[in-house]
Amino acid sequence: MALVKSEELPVRLEQDVVVARQAVRRLAVELKFSLVDQTKMVTAASELARNTVVYGGGGTMRCEVLIDGGKSGLRMTFEDQGPGIPDMTLAMKDGWTSGSGLGMGLSGAKRLVNDFDIVSEVGKGTRVTITRWK
Amino acid sequence: MLHALIMRVHTAIQLIQSRVSLAKSSARVTREQTCRKSRIAEILKAHQDDLAAEWVKNLQATGTGKDSRISESQLREQTKEFLVLLSEAAAAGGDVHSQAWNATVDFLEDVSRSRVQQGFTSEETARFIFSFKQPLFARLRAELAKDHEAFAEETWAATELLDKMGLITIAAFQKTREDLINRQQQEMLELSTPVVKMWDGILALPMIGTLDSARTQIVMESLLQRIVDTGAELAIIDITGVPTVDTLVAQHLLKTVTAIRLMGADCIISGVRPQIAQTIVHLGVDLQGVTTKANLADALSLALKKLGFAVTRTKAAN
Repeated sequence: MALVKSEELPVRLEQDVVVARQAVRRLAVELKFSLVDQTKMVTAASELARNTVVYGGGGTMRCEVLIDGGKSGLRMTFEDQGPGIPDMTLAMKDGWTSGSGLGMGLSGAKRLVNDFDIVSEVGKGTRVTITRWK
Repeated sequence: MLHALIMRVHTAIQLIQSRVSLAKSSARVTREQTCRKSRIAEILKAHQDDLAAEWVKNLQATGTGKDSRISESQLREQTKEFLVLLSEAAAAGGDVHSQAWNATVDFLEDVSRSRVQQGFTSEETARFIFSFKQPLFARLRAELAKDHEAFAEETWAATELLDKMGLITIAAFQKTREDLINRQQQEMLELSTPVVKMWDGILALPMIGTLDSARTQIVMESLLQRIVDTGAELAIIDITGVPTVDTLVAQHLLKTVTAIRLMGADCIISGVRPQIAQTIVHLGVDLQGVTTKANLADALSLALKKLGFAVTRTKAAN
């Protein structure tokens, strides 16, 4: 698996979510993702970026373009140094939220991508990595 | 981009603030030791023309005045006017917040504002003041060559003074930019989507852009208000111009639909494109209770049908 391109964006404010979405859309278009895949990836990024801002207190988003064999893919990593997630099973459950959202963000984002990985430590922060292959 | 610029201006201001406080503490020490009157004003007055010429040369060397944004004569005028004001103000003492400094401060703020309009960066704007340091210090050195203590003291006083001037320049620059952003935000609220009457009893709200901001709240509220005002029975929210529908957007839509129903009207969401539909399904958001249509025309025809209207063609298309 080869890393072709990597860029990092700050995700600290609500407005950064918009910027993050635009960056993901641009990369997805560059990779010639289908319109549905573009939309899925952008939506997943929107959910996770907003989680980073709202629950993680701000962090970063890293976008990476990968090539594995003949396949190309887009991997995104959202990292924050926030309070972390105490109960992962609960957090991944549809409809559960510690805030005021719909509670579908994390689980929804997982369904929108091919690979989903979440690591969280209470008091240290959370890192979510998603990948979508073309 | 604006955001990055503001961050840069912030750092620049912090840098200057720390330098000013450093200069202050050192200047205080020397001033306590010797209570002589500052000679800066005197030197400024005596060598005004030379200093102005040197300063303009310095400014040009660092790039200001090289393009069409500001002419050389304008630059000369500004430096000259500032020197006159500065020498008058400096004669009255070093407190830039006192009455004597008002004209100088106003002038600097004007310069900053015009720099913003001419498209200068914060760095270039700050350079207007900072590039005066070199000519002034050179002059101080020449004048006070024999008196090292006085030279050190005057240099500190001059640094302190120019740093304060620089700070004023950047603060004014930033304020002008902030005013601009505020104005644009206000303009965007004005621009934001109008509620249009489609038919008797049917309102439509074409949404454009991001649906997850404070703006959405205002737009949705105006829709509810218009429903009350017009007594409309049906509202169509068109999301063709919304590129991303995530859970927050869906939540906003659901809340609005609920509110509209509570008011006794009904709502159709149109502009649900195939990619949006698939994404919503995967996200797991339940929009089942909401009437949705792929485009505005379909939504309007459904709305007309619901209200008992029938659209007929009276003449065959040619």
